[in-house]
Amino acid sequence: MLTITDLAKVYPTGTSALKGVSLTVDEPKVIAIIGPSGAGKSTLIRCINRLVEPTSGKVMLDDTDVVSLNRRELRKVRRRMGMIFQEYNLVERLTVMENLLSGRLGYVGFWRAYRRNFPPDDVRAAFELLDRVGLTGYQNTRADALSGGQRQRVGIARALMQKPDLLLVDEPTASLDPKTSRQIMRIIVELAHEFKTPALVNIHDVGLAQSFSDRVIGLAEGEIVFDGDADGLTADVLTRIYGEEDWSTTIRKVEDDDDSGPEPPPDPQATKKEKGFVREASAG
Amino acid sequence: MSPAEHSVRYPEVWRRFTPRQTLVRYVWYVAVVFVAAWSLRSLDLPWVYFLDAHVQAWDLMVRLVPPDWEVLDEVVDALIETMHIATLGTAVTVIIAFPIAFLAARNTTFNVVTWSIARFILVASRSVNTVVWALLFVAIFGPGPVAGIWAIAFRSIGFMGKLTAEAIEEIDQGAVEAIEATGASRLQVLMFGILPQVLPVIYGTTVYRWDINIRESTVLGFVGAGGIGILLYSTMNLFRWEQVSVLLIAIFAVVLISEFISAAVRQRIT
Amino acid sequence: MTPPADTKSAAAGEWHTIKLIENPALRFGLMALVAVYLVWAFASLDIDWGRAARGLPRAGDMFARMVPPDFSRWELLIKGVVESVQMALAASFFGMIVAIPLGVCAAVNLVPRPIYLVARFLIVLSRTFHEIIWAIFFVKILGFGALAGVLTLTVASVSFISKMLAEDIENVPPGQLEAVRATGAGFAKFMVYCISPQALPRYLGVSIYRLDANIRHSTVVGIVGAGGIGQVLSASFKRYDYDFSLAILLTIIALVFLGEIFSNWVRSRLR
Repeated sequence: MLTITDLAKVYPTGTSALKGVSLTVDEPKVIAIIGPSGAGKSTLIRCINRLVEPTSGKVMLDDTDVVSLNRRELRKVRRRMGMIFQEYNLVERLTVMENLLSGRLGYVGFWRAYRRNFPPDDVRAAFELLDRVGLTGYQNTRADALSGGQRQRVGIARALMQKPDLLLVDEPTASLDPKTSRQIMRIIVELAHEFKTPALVNIHDVGLAQSFSDRVIGLAEGEIVFDGDADGLTADVLTRIYGEEDWSTTIRKVEDDDDSGPEPPPDPQATKKEKGFVREASAG
Repeated sequence: MSPAEHSVRYPEVWRRFTPRQTLVRYVWYVAVVFVAAWSLRSLDLPWVYFLDAHVQAWDLMVRLVPPDWEVLDEVVDALIETMHIATLGTAVTVIIAFPIAFLAARNTTFNVVTWSIARFILVASRSVNTVVWALLFVAIFGPGPVAGIWAIAFRSIGFMGKLTAEAIEEIDQGAVEAIEATGASRLQVLMFGILPQVLPVIYGTTVYRWDINIRESTVLGFVGAGGIGILLYSTMNLFRWEQVSVLLIAIFAVVLISEFISAAVRQRIT
Repeated sequence: MTPPADTKSAAAGEWHTIKLIENPALRFGLMALVAVYLVWAFASLDIDWGRAARGLPRAGDMFARMVPPDFSRWELLIKGVVESVQMALAASFFGMIVAIPLGVCAAVNLVPRPIYLVARFLIVLSRTFHEIIWAIFFVKILGFGALAGVLTLTVASVSFISKMLAEDIENVPPGQLEAVRATGAGFAKFMVYCISPQALPRYLGVSIYRLDANIRHSTVVGIVGAGGIGQVLSASFKRYDYDFSLAILLTIIALVFLGEIFSNWVRSRLR
C-alpha cells in the first residue's frame, strides 16, 4: 500500500529532520511511530502527503509516486489520505457537520461545496460517523463550542469522511488528558480496523503506543532504529530510541481504566467500504 | 434496525441554513447589487473616458519619469513647512483638547451643561474634514501656514479629546477617592489622582495623531493653507510632471517615516 | 511602561517620582529640544502676522454673514448630498470586490513571496497618499466630476479593506489551513471552507465601516473638483456665499452623523 524509500528532509534552516527513512506498510494495521521530540515524527507524517516537501526519496502510495506529482495530481492523492492533527485543526467558525463534510471537498464541485449541498451518500455517511465517534446530535454545533476531546472526535470523523486508503495521525492525544487520550486512541484503532485502513500514528506516549498499536516504529534523529511488534519494546530498544533512562515502569501494558477494552475486530462482511459506513454492532 | 429507522437516524439531507435564512441572504446580495447599480446609474458616469484611460494613465506615467531632482531644494523646504504645520497643529491641539477632554468625561465634568457643550465641540470638530476646516481658516487668516495649523488643530481636537475623555472615564476611581479623602482640592485631585493615570494615553494618542496630521497636512496646500500641497498643486497645474514625481516620492518617504516613528514611540510608552 | 525604577539602593530620605524617561539628562535634553524646535518652527514659517491679526475681526464678520444659514437653494444641496452618497456607495461596492483578490494576495500565509510583496507595496502606496492627492490625479486624467470622485474613494476603500482582510487571513491558525489542504481541496474550495468562515464576518464589518468613512470623505473630494457636495461647498466659499456654506456644513455634519449611526447599527447586527 505504502512504500517509503530513502526519504530525507533538510529544512531551510539546515536542520536535517529525516535522514533516509525507508518503511513499508502492506497490511491494514495501526502503526505507532515513537521517538523523542525532534526525532522527525511529524516531518515523516507530513512528507507522506507533502504538507512538508521532502528533499529527496520516494513515497509510493500503491503505484503513484507522491513526491513527483504536480499540484493537481497531489490534490487527488491527498483525498486518499485522511489526516488527524494534534491541535484538531477544525475550522472553528464552521459547524461540526460542515467540518465533517469538508472531508469530501476533494470529491464535490465548487458550487455544491459553496451551497453546502453535498450528495446524499456523503450526508448519511457523516451522520453515521458522528454516531460512531459519539457525537450524535452535535451536527449543528459550532466547532469552537466543543471540548478538546469532542473536537478530536470531529477531527477523526472528518479524516474518515474521505474514505481514505491511509490514515496519517499526528500526536492525536498530546493536547488531551489521559482518560480522553485513551478514548480517542480506542476510537482511532477501532475505526482503522473496521474500515481496514492502515494508520500511521505519531505518538510520544510509549504506554499508549504499546497498548493500542499492532506495530511500532522507533525514530531517533531522523532514522528508524526500531521496527517491530509492540512486545519487542524492551528497555534496550527504548534506550536506543530515547537514550538512557530507567524504563522498568514504562514497559508494561497500561491497564484499561475506562469503559471497555478494545473490541475484537468486527465481522469483515459488515465493514466493506462499498457498503458505506454501516456497522451493525454500533448501529443497533 | 430496519431500513426505515436507519434512514431516520442517518438522514441523507442536511441543510446548514433554513430556507428562510438562505432567502434573506440572497435578498441582501440582490439589495447590495441593486444599490450599487442605482448609484452608478444616477451618477451618470462618463464611462467612455475609460476607453482611453489606460492610454492616459500610461502617458502620465511616462511623463512622471525621469524625476527632475533640480526642484529638490524647494521640495525639502516645503516638506519642512508641512511638518511644522503638522507638529504645531498637534501642539495646539494638546493645549485645547486637554481641558475639553476633562469637561467631556462624565467623572470630571462640572455639570450636565459643561458636559454637553464639551461633547458638542468634540462631535463638531470630528465631523468636519481637515480640508474643510482649512477652507474656513484660509478665509479668516488668509492663505498660509497659520490657516493650516488651525485647520489641523480644529480637526484633531475632536479626535484627541474623545480618546482622552474615554481614558479619563476608565480610570481607577478608587485612587481618586483616596486622594479626595485626604482633603485635597479639586486641582490637587486632578494632579495626583487622575493625571498620572491618563498621561500615557495622552502621549500615545498625541503621537498617533501627529502621524495622521503629517499625512493630512500634505494636502492643505490645495486650498491655500500652506505646506507641500501648494507646490504639488501648482506643478500639477503647470503640467510639470517630472517635478510632480519628485514631490510624490518625497511625500511617500515622509509619510512612511512618520508612521514608523509613531509606531515605534507608541510601542515604547504603552 | 518604563522598566521598574532602579531598586539598587536609595540614600535615606531620598525619593523621587517615576518619570516617563528615567535618565534626567535625556529628559531635560528632550524638553530643551522641544523648546528649540518651537522657536525654530515659528521663526522659519513664513507667517504674515499682520494678516493673521486681522483674522479675528474678519472671523467675526464671516460668522455674522454665515448666520442664519441659507437653505433656500436646497435643491442644489440635496443634489450634492445625493451625489456624495451615491459616490460613497459605488466606491464601497467596487472597493469590497477589488479588495478580496488584493487582500488574499497580501496575506503572507497564502501566496508566494513575490506576489505578497507586490500586493503589500500596492496597499502601502495607495494608503500613503491622501485621498485628495488621488482625487486631483484622477481629475487630471478623467476631468472634473463624479467619476474622479468614485475612483478616488475606490482606491481608498480597496487599500483599507484589503489591508484589514489580509490581517484577518494571516490570523487564521496555520493548523486549519493545513487540515483543509490535507483533504485535497482545491484553492477555491479551500477559500470557501477555511478562509471565508474565519475572515468573512470581520470583512463585512470593515466594509460597512468603510462605507461610513467614504461618506465622510465624499464630502471633501469635491473641493478639488471630484464631484459631490464638496464641489458645491467649495464653490459657495469662492463666491463668499457664507450663509449657504454654513447650510452645507450643517448638512454635511448631519449626513456624517447619520452615516455613523447606520454603520454602527449594521455592525452591531453582524454579531
